[in-house]
Amino acid sequence: MKKGLVFLAAIFFVVKVNAQSDKYVKAMEAKIAEMNKASTSAAWQDVGNAFQRIGEAEKTQWLPFYYAAVSNVMIGLMLNNGQMGGGNTTQIDQIADKAEDMLNKAEAMEKDNADIYCVKKMISSLRMMADPMTRFQTYGPKGAEALAKAKALDPNNPRIYMLEGQDKFYTPEQFGGSKTEAKALFETSIKKFDDAKPKSSIAPNWGRNQVEYFLSQIK
Amino acid sequence: MLRLTLTFMALLVGLVAATQTQVAGRIVNARKKPLAGVNITIKDSYDGATTDSLGNFSFSTTATGSQVVQAEMTGYKLFQQSYMLNGQPLKLEILMKEAVDEMTAVVITAGSFEASDKKKTTVLSSLDVVTTASGNGDVTGALKTLPGAQQVGESEGLFVRGGTAAETKTFIDGTVVNNFFFSSTPGIATRGRFSPFIFKGTVFSTGGYSALYGQAMSSALILESIDLPDQTSGSINASVIGVGGGYQHLDKNKRYSFGGSYNYTDLRLAFALIKQRQEYEDVPVFHTADANFRIKTSKTGMLKYYGQFGTNKLKFYTNSIDTLGYLDGFGIANTNYYHNLSYRESFGRWKMNLGASYTYNKDNVEGGLYAMDKQQVQVDPLFFKNFKQRNIGNYFNAKWVMERKIKGLSAVRGGLEYNHNNDDIRYTAFDGQVFNFLVKDRITSAFAEADIYVTNNIAAKLGGRYEHSTLLNKSNIAPRLSLAYKINKESQASLAYGVFYQNPERQYFPSFVDLNFTKATHYIAQYQRVTSLTTFRTELFYKKYDQLIKTAVQNFQPIATGNTGFGDAKGIEVFWRDKKTVKNLDYWISYSYLHTQRDYLNFPEAIQPSFAATHTASLVLKRFVTKWKTQFNAAYNYASGRPYYYILPEQTGFKFVDRGQTKAYNNLSLSVNYLPNIGNSKSKVFAVYVLSVSNVLGFDQVFNYQYSYNGFRKEAIRPPSRTFVFIGAFLSFGIDRSQEAINSNL
Repeated sequence: MKKGLVFLAAIFFVVKVNAQSDKYVKAMEAKIAEMNKASTSAAWQDVGNAFQRIGEAEKTQWLPFYYAAVSNVMIGLMLNNGQMGGGNTTQIDQIADKAEDMLNKAEAMEKDNADIYCVKKMISSLRMMADPMTRFQTYGPKGAEALAKAKALDPNNPRIYMLEGQDKFYTPEQFGGSKTEAKALFETSIKKFDDAKPKSSIAPNWGRNQVEYFLSQIK
Repeated sequence: MLRLTLTFMALLVGLVAATQTQVAGRIVNARKKPLAGVNITIKDSYDGATTDSLGNFSFSTTATGSQVVQAEMTGYKLFQQSYMLNGQPLKLEILMKEAVDEMTAVVITAGSFEASDKKKTTVLSSLDVVTTASGNGDVTGALKTLPGAQQVGESEGLFVRGGTAAETKTFIDGTVVNNFFFSSTPGIATRGRFSPFIFKGTVFSTGGYSALYGQAMSSALILESIDLPDQTSGSINASVIGVGGGYQHLDKNKRYSFGGSYNYTDLRLAFALIKQRQEYEDVPVFHTADANFRIKTSKTGMLKYYGQFGTNKLKFYTNSIDTLGYLDGFGIANTNYYHNLSYRESFGRWKMNLGASYTYNKDNVEGGLYAMDKQQVQVDPLFFKNFKQRNIGNYFNAKWVMERKIKGLSAVRGGLEYNHNNDDIRYTAFDGQVFNFLVKDRITSAFAEADIYVTNNIAAKLGGRYEHSTLLNKSNIAPRLSLAYKINKESQASLAYGVFYQNPERQYFPSFVDLNFTKATHYIAQYQRVTSLTTFRTELFYKKYDQLIKTAVQNFQPIATGNTGFGDAKGIEVFWRDKKTVKNLDYWISYSYLHTQRDYLNFPEAIQPSFAATHTASLVLKRFVTKWKTQFNAAYNYASGRPYYYILPEQTGFKFVDRGQTKAYNNLSLSVNYLPNIGNSKSKVFAVYVLSVSNVLGFDQVFNYQYSYNGFRKEAIRPPSRTFVFIGAFLSFGIDRSQEAINSNL
């Protein structure tokens, strides 16, 4: 009887642990699916908040904070309307601060990860786009540095080429932008997506839709 | 055994299934406005939701028992409260309080214009300081397009709200700068010594400023130098007025940087092409070298040094107004050293700023009457026109400020300041007689100030300053007070009051009579509305002057007779900046109305002084044309006519010999910057080509009139040339500094 109870307790324990990590993965999978469909600022806010909740409950997982940072950057980009100087600097900075806060939490648990450096680049771009005339001197090099670091850590990360492509896509030709170069970079990115082997079902693997969207815009 | 297990399993499943609690409700702010986007959650669980545009939320949770409900949103204080969860639907009405933070809180702005890239109350960005067409690449140039400042062109400095240029003091990293401009030259406004590129922030206060600053009755120009540069880089430049180059090195780990630059300015070419009113014997030649280092001493600590060495020389003649067929000659040779060392560090809630600066300045001035063959002559009764003067100034300033955060944004700060001024003057009269004066002044000051944020929307700044001058052997205590109230997200109203003391100018020392501080009292009311692309602000002010210096004449020199002068100034100012209405066009308009009178120096009665125009207005336009990689800047400045007068002593006191009013001042300046490599990250060299033209329409600009010694003849004081054209090329290597270089667009 006593042995039986111990055995049961052991089973119970294992089940509980499995269940919890299962619960974590399931919740993350569901939110990542939602994220891949998000197209409005409210949707990004919703999914970003959810990632933050998961991160704060789990405490030892970096991915929820990573995704929360990505979501917040997206909210900021939507505020900018994808336009240079389109946003309110104060508001954009508030959102960028929030994204940075989330990313710092992720980085505290996961050092030297190319995807984290990609988000650093995204945050720099977000801040720069709020007021490019006065900010590009500071945030331009800062973003480029983060991207270079990402490339050094993992040259096969498809999101690096996506971000490089976006830079080329949005920058006016007079300032060194080029749709042809952007196209080549987006195509590289697609290739890298094809070859990508995410470590798990919830590891970063987003961006393909965006790249395909940009490619459809270039034609 | 099996039965037991099953029972257990059933129990477990039952537990999980049984308690689902529905949590729903609404979140509002203190004004009962719904908050959208709030992250509401059961602490340490996944369960939660985001509020919709009406502030509503709803979610279910499996957590049971006493649980903490948490609501979080940027700009608001975290909401946390415990509730019992037992399956009964929970209906919540949550009120979130605004966090007092720099992003949303009211800012005390009465009296000050700020140019920086970080703060939200800024009226100009740091680029604007240098891309304003009429600014001539000078730190103070762009500020003259803001309300409050006069369009004075016959001498340097900022004349603010009825105050003289001497009533404006400039501070770099906290300490006062004694020779901010190149030494004065009669009838010509000299430039500032400092390149606009060494500063990252500028605060131009036209009144009511903080107790941290003193010895300025009208205005404080507070400049903050840059920290570490973005990258290692080199630069060279060539223009019609000279050549220069520099290098900045940034440590790989971004812990320290150092650098230096040298500029050689020679106006011979420019003056050969553009005729000057003055006939130069020595065309102005300037050598300026600077050096700096910046060390990050810890995560929050920064030690900075900036030093400059400059030397220049000029000599010119103009037809003498006193006697026909003769020339008035003026020559000056100047040597100047400036060193500034500053250190800042934080210790928990404490912040410390330490600064020290030292200036050595030597002027050799020579004036006289010359025959047409440029031989100095003495003509009766104009002997007094021939003189030599050598001034050596040694100035040391130190300032120590401690600040402690109290709660939210509230803080107290206090500190000490010490100014050590030695002026050694040797005056040689026409007959060879030599007079030596040594004027020493030690000013010791103590100040304290509190920033009190009652709520996010109401703030007060209360301060006081004590000063003691050994030269006057007197002390003063000056109270300062500002209030700010945030009306809504975009608008705020502010009030400011303050008393400002200043020592009389050094030329009145040594004095035969006891002199006191001169004094101004400011009252300012301001309203401003700032959106992301527009700024509107208006200010109403009243300023009262007391204890101004009155003078008499002795040996052709003015001497102080006491502090019996007085005056006042009142007016209204409007500023409007708009980047929205016309696509790609950025413009601002400023207007100032000023009514001022004063009785000081040799004035027979209270009159409007010659440096004050009643109406002043500026229109500044900027447009970048991407297709041509070119920026176009234009500025139109207007000032109504200013009074002029000639005053001579009579038996008792003084009388007007003549007086009048100049015609209105108009000026249109244009500048074009071409940046062929902008945004091209592959290019190793970044070039900026600049063309700028002042007074494009060729207006006849009259600043003032000068008189013959007896007042029988007068002559208009005009700019040295009707228009001036500047052409230059700026190349930098390493980093894309094209933006920065546009700004040196003179």
